[in-house]
Amino acid sequence: MITSGYADIIREGLWTNNPGLVQLLGLCPLLAISGTVINALGLGLATIATLLISNTLVSLLREHVRPEIRIPVYVLIIASAVTAIELVMNAWFHGLFLVLGIFIPLIVTNCAIIGRAEAFASRNSVPRAALDGLAMGVGFTGVLVTIGALREIVGQGSLLDNAQLLFGEWGRDLRIEIFPQEHGFLLALLPPGAFLAMGLLIAVKNLIDARLEARPIAAPAAAPETAPTQS
Amino acid sequence: MRFQTRTSPHMVPGHSVGHLMRQVLYALIPGTLAMAWFFGWGVLVNVVLSVLFAVMFEALMVTLRRRPVGVTLGDSSAVLAGWLFALAIPPLTPVWVLLVGTGFAIVVAKHLYGGLGYNPFNPAMVGYVVVLVSFPRELSLWPSPQGLMEGPFTLWQTLQTTLTGRLPEGLDWDAITRASPLDMMRESLISGQTVHEITRSPVFGSFSQTEWEWAGNLFLLGGIWLMYRRVITWHIPMSMLLSLATIAGVFWVIDPDQFASPAFHVFSGAAIIGAFFIATDPVSAATTPLGRVLFGIGIGILVYVIRTWGGYPDGVAFAVLLMNMVAPTLDHYTRPRIFGHSGDGRG
Repeated sequence: MITSGYADIIREGLWTNNPGLVQLLGLCPLLAISGTVINALGLGLATIATLLISNTLVSLLREHVRPEIRIPVYVLIIASAVTAIELVMNAWFHGLFLVLGIFIPLIVTNCAIIGRAEAFASRNSVPRAALDGLAMGVGFTGVLVTIGALREIVGQGSLLDNAQLLFGEWGRDLRIEIFPQEHGFLLALLPPGAFLAMGLLIAVKNLIDARLEARPIAAPAAAPETAPTQS
Repeated sequence: MRFQTRTSPHMVPGHSVGHLMRQVLYALIPGTLAMAWFFGWGVLVNVVLSVLFAVMFEALMVTLRRRPVGVTLGDSSAVLAGWLFALAIPPLTPVWVLLVGTGFAIVVAKHLYGGLGYNPFNPAMVGYVVVLVSFPRELSLWPSPQGLMEGPFTLWQTLQTTLTGRLPEGLDWDAITRASPLDMMRESLISGQTVHEITRSPVFGSFSQTEWEWAGNLFLLGGIWLMYRRVITWHIPMSMLLSLATIAGVFWVIDPDQFASPAFHVFSGAAIIGAFFIATDPVSAATTPLGRVLFGIGIGILVYVIRTWGGYPDGVAFAVLLMNMVAPTLDHYTRPRIFGHSGDGRG
């Protein structure tokens, strides 16, 4: 992993080592805040920013921090970053800040962030660590927004509800209504819906992986049996 | 006379999965007919449609999983799941509720966990709980026998209502539905009436509402027949009903104005059908004798707690699912002593 190139870092974060679907880290916000797309996107963006800042700072300080005290130092860095982001959101996205509530400060405890600091940023150069933070954050946000979209469509029949919280007043027009809210499948908005959506998403990812894996094997199988399979 | 020589086993046991499931189905018939007698054609329409959907989903999942369809459908477990689901939901429920409920029961609760024998939760109750928490409005309307007598509901009208979700001309939901006894007890207690005042209402029979008592009696009959045929053992039903009656009795003695009598709790809602038919599901229940007793006691206590202090009028489905979660642990700690080994059961 240490010698992996930039493309590998991106692929790891977005797909093969996705924090939401593969590492299964940070499930608390993933399950609690994925009721609507906008909530999911808001928390996802905050998480991306935190990962970017914490990975960069941890990588910068990696030569100067003694290994015995590295975990408290990481926690301090992450907590400072989250506090700053929380203040920014309170100032400029106050509505969203109120909706997300406790889950913004709780980003500190998101295992995906300290996991990346310990496993990647503390052993890699600054650009690579920053890219890893960005890729992991985007991968996490992608899962978050996908679950949010699934739950919002099934649960209340809309998409991008309350977009004004994130995009300002013009966001109101972004709301797409697929069917009236009273026909919604309430279970999708309740906590079990988050677990079900999460499980189905992991199943879909595994299915795609299995298909991708089967493809290079299937091709030589069609060839004569004497041909050695080298993939 | 020719004597066939075959390898062992020479005596084939009469019990197969399909055989057991079909006996449970036979035992459900009297209670189901009683419910149809009191609540109209809707009960039978629900049963037929739910069983149809359940078998359809089962066939679909078995085909997707590339298993032999005939063998799996032949064990009748999907029929039983659909039937139990249909008895849990009120008659005249729109058809899409049935579709969602049976779909969750068979696809998610049964086959995503690995099919019959692998499901940790009772499929019928998972389906019921899913529709109960998702569509509270549709699931709270029980037709009242009196209302159905005023506006006679033919089979055709029932089918129309179920398929379209709209009542025939000249009828509205308020006229033909009524709170179930548990609903009524709950709402009236909240509004400050005493148990004595509530049960004096003419719709109440000796313990609960007359029609629920009779349906309960006939399910009890079916359950006793199942015990006689040794399809189920006495442990779960008896311990569940006894613990429900005991805890209800304790509170009833303390304050008979605020807490309903043990008989009311046993003969209301899904207590009896739950004790004999739902909690005894051989897959998701505990399997050791002591484990089964504890399993039943847990369900009885949870039913009472949910009914009395919880957010829903009846708690059998929730209680069964919660105890399903505990069943593997119960089995682990209540393993009977293996013959020839010391008491700790290990060996």
